[in-house]
Amino acid sequence: MGRVQGRAALMAEITYLEAIREALDEEMARDPNVFLLGEDIGAFGGAFKVTDGLMAKYGEQRVIDAPISEIAIVGAAAGAAHMGMRPVVEMQFIDFMANAYDMLTNYVATARYRAFLGCPMVVRGPSGGYVRGGPFHSQNPEAGFIHTPGLKVVYPSTAEDAKGLMKAAIRDDDCVLFFEHKYLYRRIKGTMPAGDHVVPIGKARTAREGTDLSIITYAATVHKALEAAEQLRSEHGLSVEVIDLRTLAPLDDEAIFATARKTNRVLVVHEDTRTGGIAGEITARINETCFAHLDAPVLRVTAHDIPLPYAPALEDFVLPQVADIITAARRLAAW
Amino acid sequence: MSGRRRRAGEGPGASLGEALPLDRKLELYYWMRLTRTLEERLVALYRQTKVVGGLFRSLGQEADAVGSCYALESRDVMSPLIRNMGAMLVKGATPVEILKQYMARGDSPTRGRELNIHFGDIGEAGNTRGFLGQISPLGDMVPVMAGVTMTFKMRGEDRVGLVYVGDGATSTGAFHEGINFAAVQRLPLVVIVENNGYAYSTPTHKQSAVKQFVDKAIGYGVYGEQVDGNDVLAVYDCTKRAVDRARGGEGVSLLEFMTFRRKGHAEHDNQSYVQPGEVEAWAADNDPIDRYVRVLIDREKVPQATLDEIDARIHREIDAATDVAEASPLPEPLDALVGVYADPPAERPLWYRDGADVSALGRERAEGWGTWDASKGGPR
Repeated sequence: MGRVQGRAALMAEITYLEAIREALDEEMARDPNVFLLGEDIGAFGGAFKVTDGLMAKYGEQRVIDAPISEIAIVGAAAGAAHMGMRPVVEMQFIDFMANAYDMLTNYVATARYRAFLGCPMVVRGPSGGYVRGGPFHSQNPEAGFIHTPGLKVVYPSTAEDAKGLMKAAIRDDDCVLFFEHKYLYRRIKGTMPAGDHVVPIGKARTAREGTDLSIITYAATVHKALEAAEQLRSEHGLSVEVIDLRTLAPLDDEAIFATARKTNRVLVVHEDTRTGGIAGEITARINETCFAHLDAPVLRVTAHDIPLPYAPALEDFVLPQVADIITAARRLAAW
Repeated sequence: MSGRRRRAGEGPGASLGEALPLDRKLELYYWMRLTRTLEERLVALYRQTKVVGGLFRSLGQEADAVGSCYALESRDVMSPLIRNMGAMLVKGATPVEILKQYMARGDSPTRGRELNIHFGDIGEAGNTRGFLGQISPLGDMVPVMAGVTMTFKMRGEDRVGLVYVGDGATSTGAFHEGINFAAVQRLPLVVIVENNGYAYSTPTHKQSAVKQFVDKAIGYGVYGEQVDGNDVLAVYDCTKRAVDRARGGEGVSLLEFMTFRRKGHAEHDNQSYVQPGEVEAWAADNDPIDRYVRVLIDREKVPQATLDEIDARIHREIDAATDVAEASPLPEPLDALVGVYADPPAERPLWYRDGADVSALGRERAEGWGTWDASKGGPR
């Protein structure tokens, strides 16, 4: 009886947020060089409580409360990483990563290439909209960093991937920007695979198999795409494949080209703004490599090119919704 | 740890430089003269168009770079700025490396990827020389050195960090965030502000409203001292005191070195913005090497012949280094694609470069990288 209960407890579902905390906890226990640095992350446990309880467990030397200094936090992490440490730093909101843009792009991203110095560090933080957070608590700034050689970027959509990718990010020998979608923090749950669960960086996932058209997306819009795919099946008889990129730098070209060649119709969906967003890059790669396989132009569903507003009616209009994906998918299928 | 100011010559520590034994005082002369002579050689190579990019002089600032870095132990880590070639030489950078680097050679410390003296060698004490390559955005090395010294503190290592910034970099956010972070964490870090009068063309009064940069120490709650940056023994003395404080757990120091940049920002810059006669006056009355020669000859009774011998040795060393650098290979173009990430180790050439020889792509480091052999011990 006790054994059965123990198994049930072991297999319990945990949230996306708890999965990230579990990854941090396991990696800190595994490797004494892993430490956390950020604003309000220690005694308070973080603005979203991702690091809650870790200072009590690992002490002030390994869970460090920093001043409001994104440049210093990222710069100090780089210096510590050069010396063999494995820092994981929190941006209280990923929007504030812009404050450390110089340090990330000029210093960290170039260090291995120009100076043969590794920066094995993770910069993580709550990202994304659909939460009424307004212009400075809702951003998706990933495209600017994907444009910078030397950085890796991941953005998981499931609790399992959040844990497994965080463990991979901490073990990676280069800097990984780890975007956590705050809309998913407590809405998404998953059952963690037993043992040392590591999800490789650079590999996409097929979230739903299909044959008529493909939706390539990541993060919160994976769930919007899955909802749209189900409606497209039941109401319009369309078989939709959904690819969850999981890693944005490096992009999984193989998975992107495979789905394009399979369904011959591709819709790229992201929550980030349109101009200069990743959808443009994915479209270009498909054009260059899979043109002969396409039955229709690659289409995009993205946010409008607008700073994200606060009011629900405004935010909902700017961001991509399930209905938008259905509209675009039907147009693509009818091409 | 309230902010304090002290001028050179005051206080009990003022004799640390003067108390150095004569052989070490002559080492200080050697490093300063080596710095100046190597830069003069670089000017010649620049005029022969053998230096690929710009050339940055530290003429008149040799005492500040050499005297301060001389206060560090070999296990300590130093982050130089563009006028600190002298500090890098003290820490073990070689003339060959610097010449190859300026000439963008394939076996230079950065394999032709970075400019001038932007290179380093840090990591474990004993296996590295302990200097960290700078990047061009100013002030950025302060937070990075906060992280380096935070590691020393976490691991209980008896090591100290020293970072140079110019008067201009004190205006950056990175400087402010870095020194504040280090102060709060009470890290073993010495921050040196070289006040040489100009940031490129901008005079200090357009850079900051403080009367002197050492006043900023009070605002950060750190120890502060200002010193005559052209007096090599006073610079050593002041820095040694700050290094000892850091090593003793007393936290961050901010030191202001008063000096003057006698050349332009780089060799192309004609200094049209400097007051007439200012450069000439500093050269005539306040040259750090001339001043130190007088100390050595008049007070220490060093024979002129001893200094001439050192000068001749330096010329021989630089001639030999120049021969090596000029004979060194240019980079292989495909090496440009190696080593952005640990994994993948190299990028592939774009398709319109198909047919290029990709055999270089797997290589981690070019043959003959660097000139320093860890197995042969420390830099001094």
